[in-house]
Amino acid sequence: MTYNFTVSPDFNPSYLSGWFIFNTWLQRQTGEAIHLDLYDDFDLQRQAIAEDKFDLIYANPYDASVLVREKDFVPIACPAGKSDEAVIVVAADSDINTVEDLPVGLRIAATKDPDVNMMCMIMLEPADLDRNNTTTQHRDTYVLLAKDLIRGEADVGFFLEETYNKLSRIVKSQLKPLVQSQIQVINHVLLLGPALQHRQSEIQQALLDMATTPVGQSLLESLSFTAWAKVEPEDTEFMIDLMDTLET
Amino acid sequence: MDDMQHIDIVGDYSEVVMQYFDGSRRRVLVTNNETPMPDGRLIVSRTDPEGIITHVNDSFVDMSGFNRDELIGQPHYILRHPDMPAIAFKGLWQTLLEEGKKWHGYVKNLRKDGGFYWVYATVIANVRNNQVVGFTSVRRKPSRRKVEEAEALYKIL
Ligand SMILES: Cc1cc2nc3c(=O)[nH]c(=O)nc-3n(C[C@H](O)[C@H](O)[C@H](O)COP(=O)(O)O)c2cc1C
Repeated sequence: MTYNFTVSPDFNPSYLSGWFIFNTWLQRQTGEAIHLDLYDDFDLQRQAIAEDKFDLIYANPYDASVLVREKDFVPIACPAGKSDEAVIVVAADSDINTVEDLPVGLRIAATKDPDVNMMCMIMLEPADLDRNNTTTQHRDTYVLLAKDLIRGEADVGFFLEETYNKLSRIVKSQLKPLVQSQIQVINHVLLLGPALQHRQSEIQQALLDMATTPVGQSLLESLSFTAWAKVEPEDTEFMIDLMDTLET
Repeated sequence: MDDMQHIDIVGDYSEVVMQYFDGSRRRVLVTNNETPMPDGRLIVSRTDPEGIITHVNDSFVDMSGFNRDELIGQPHYILRHPDMPAIAFKGLWQTLLEEGKKWHGYVKNLRKDGGFYWVYATVIANVRNNQVVGFTSVRRKPSRRKVEEAEALYKIL
């Protein structure tokens, strides 16, 4: 039997090959055939998830909640020391310096990354801004958001902090972060579907041991992880409860 | 719960004796000093099914002015400000327990130093195997306009 693996579409494209190498490693560790299927579209991937196409998913916190609560997936690991944080960015020469300066009719540029968009909309609340008095243009990549801001085609951009920090120095010099989240408890997780759960403890152990070998370390590096950390089901339940409180 | 102590209070204060739902009483000391909620942060706490605090995050500790040890094991009304009408919290428990829904509201909380901070709070039940094992509350920064509206409303309740 071939198992299917997918990764949340918000992964940074520079780690694309890293995920394929990781999948090769995983197949060698487990002796199972695992097919990696990557998406650049959240909606298409959700549809495939709804059709139970996957057995292993590196999921954003938003999808993790559906997978755990409705699809009986079990969380096993997350990247150590990495939490999902969002940052609202404006052009460097913008007059806007605090959230409270943001006007009604604000033009937002955003990707379809559901967590980042949720966190950023929350950070707009102190200015009494919401979906009803702002407009949002969706872009496929974070680089395109940066372009929108630099050209003055949007007032603010919603970024994943990690991606914002990795923009080139030239691009970043034309932008300024307005406000950044410090939530610390929301993160991506690797989850096993029902068909692979009989291998759970082996797979989990192999992931945790990765950082202890030079080969494992270089694999982790190609995903920009330092190590996998163990995740207990209750850690993820807690995160899901927290996400529930944030949804409007 | 112990009375608030003069030595902990920063600035001019007034005294109020609070009476809580469980029948206990406590003297609280309140000032007019507001601590603004920082941008981008969430204040998180969890309680057991009776409303006793079991977990707080760093932002909670910072904003409340208490140490973590002073919070864990205490009823959540340790933060209740005398300006908060009892009916607001009655609504909270009714929404959570009777309707099984999540609750939202604007809350003025009391700090250990007698000051206060305003938050927009959401509380949900933590359901595991169809059983309520506790509650989680997450608070975020409200807009000034919403705080003023809540202030006006709570005065007449
Ligand atoms: C998870 C959770 C969080 C709560 N957070 C607060 C809070 O921040 N401030 C507060 O005054 N009451 C909070 N409450 C409500 C208190 O438990 C309590 O009902 C309220 O302070 C009123 O106290 P009393 O009804 O005993 O007088 C919270 C309750 C729960 C379940």
